Amino acid sequence: MSEVLVVVEATKEFGVKKVTLEMLTLARELGTPSAVVLGGAGAAEALSGKLGEYGAEKIYAAEGDEIDGYLVAPKATVLAELVKRVQPAAVLLASAQEGKEIAARLAVKLDNGILTDVVGLDADGTATQVAFAGSTIVKSKVTKGLPLVTVRPNSVTPAPAAATPAIEQLSVSVTDTDKLATVVERVAEQKGSRPELTEAGVVVSGGRGVGNADNFKLVEELADLLGGAVGASRAAVDSGFYPHQFQVGQTGKTVSPQLYVALGISGAIQHRAGMQTSKTIVAVNKDGEAPIFELADFGVVGDLFKIVPQAAEEIRKRK
Amino acid sequence: MNIVVLVKQVPDSGADRNLRNDDNTVDRGSANNVINEMDEYAIEEALKIKEAHGGEVTILTMGPDRATESIRKALSMGPDKAVHVLDDALHGSCAVATSKVLAAALGQLNADLVICGAESTDGRVQVMPHMIAERLGVAALTGARKLTVDGATLTVERQTEEGYEVVTAATPAVVSVWDTINEPRYPSFKGIMAAKKKPVQTLSLAELGVAADEVGFDGATSAVVEHTKRPPRSGGAKITDEGEGGVKLVEFLATEKFV
Repeated sequence: MSEVLVVVEATKEFGVKKVTLEMLTLARELGTPSAVVLGGAGAAEALSGKLGEYGAEKIYAAEGDEIDGYLVAPKATVLAELVKRVQPAAVLLASAQEGKEIAARLAVKLDNGILTDVVGLDADGTATQVAFAGSTIVKSKVTKGLPLVTVRPNSVTPAPAAATPAIEQLSVSVTDTDKLATVVERVAEQKGSRPELTEAGVVVSGGRGVGNADNFKLVEELADLLGGAVGASRAAVDSGFYPHQFQVGQTGKTVSPQLYVALGISGAIQHRAGMQTSKTIVAVNKDGEAPIFELADFGVVGDLFKIVPQAAEEIRKRK
Repeated sequence: MNIVVLVKQVPDSGADRNLRNDDNTVDRGSANNVINEMDEYAIEEALKIKEAHGGEVTILTMGPDRATESIRKALSMGPDKAVHVLDDALHGSCAVATSKVLAAALGQLNADLVICGAESTDGRVQVMPHMIAERLGVAALTGARKLTVDGATLTVERQTEEGYEVVTAATPAVVSVWDTINEPRYPSFKGIMAAKKKPVQTLSLAELGVAADEVGFDGATSAVVEHTKRPPRSGGAKITDEGEGGVKLVEFLATEKFV
């Protein structure tokens, strides 16, 4: 079976991201998964255990400042060379900022079609995408070149399949043009122990109804009790209640968790665009006419400052 | 500084949007077509740079005839002129072909700085800035929440999953922006009147030196095979809190095995 290249998404803090395990699971349906680690020195070694656990038969690594010290261009160059050499059956990347950017450059370099935000991929290369804020399901195909696909987090259930991958270091031959955008500084911001928003199984979000930044503690408390991530509506972010990287919606993150809890969110189309493919939706809002209730599997009309603390207390009791 | 802003006309994301049943492209005929929201932030940023450093701001749009409305709207915010890539053969173009056309147009415009929205609200594909930069051999600083111009040096602060990055490049470069970067101005009455007289140059594929079979359905590198409307979600139980709302919420979560 031919190789399927999976470009690894990982963070220093959490290691291999769940979407990578999803891609390895998906890749096994299409061929033999090979992981591609493009990052700082020693990255592949640190990640190899987890990648093997989910079926990576081989790991290609390109590491060091030449790769990591610039925005994605060097990574795309290395990946393009690898694709030309191994002629994989498909290339999978994460449908997040960096994955999409690497894929964009790869598509131009190889004059190859690209499909983004893919939630399913058949063996014949037919991809499923969800378009227009989750309202339309699209089946599409790359018609020129190999399937070059970015996979949306929370699309596939990761399944382990043990393998013992050997690491092959790739020789790095990036050009000066690849080194035009220099990363001067990377600043980590405190996030605590919560799961990453797009990958979380549970997301608890707050909206304008939360009232102020301080009150977001309520949202965080419920998220922590449910083992989830915290999100925010655009109204809450624009009002300065919560940082922009946690914004869910049309101009923020798209999430598709098992459980989405909307607190004080009216459910404007801007917000629905980012969450309406969630499996189960629960809403608390004081306005019984709020459109969020049209989506919610369970809705409570009332004061979130009474309902949420009571719910938190009840969860603690049950634990 | 010679700044070009990429502006895309998209169907209003606040209304029902569809793909056409005949050729699987975005249905623009039945839609209320507007400027891609994120592009307004790109225009604002370009105008701010012009105000601080001098230069010229040009709008570049690829799209059908009706995109003229969005071009005039963009010009009413303050840019100097616009270029409209207009050619029937473009209908059905994929992202890869679109980037080829836009890069060809940018090649003629000699931009020091290309600014665009980080993504469009219709496709949300987010690939255009890097595709264009790849073709032009220039830097791409994407997802900016802050942009500083110091002579020919651009510095961008961009949000990442773990925090943020500071990235720098020399012009010429492509910068894409998120809606956190500024607050776009509203067009003034004077601006709206002035926009009617601003030059809008139309460029065809032939004038860009791009062959018709490299774009449209003929040149597409991907294809939509089929599309279906997802059935709308229907609301489930809705209760009014009478003192036990929190407990009932948790009872629901427990039946769904989340607690």
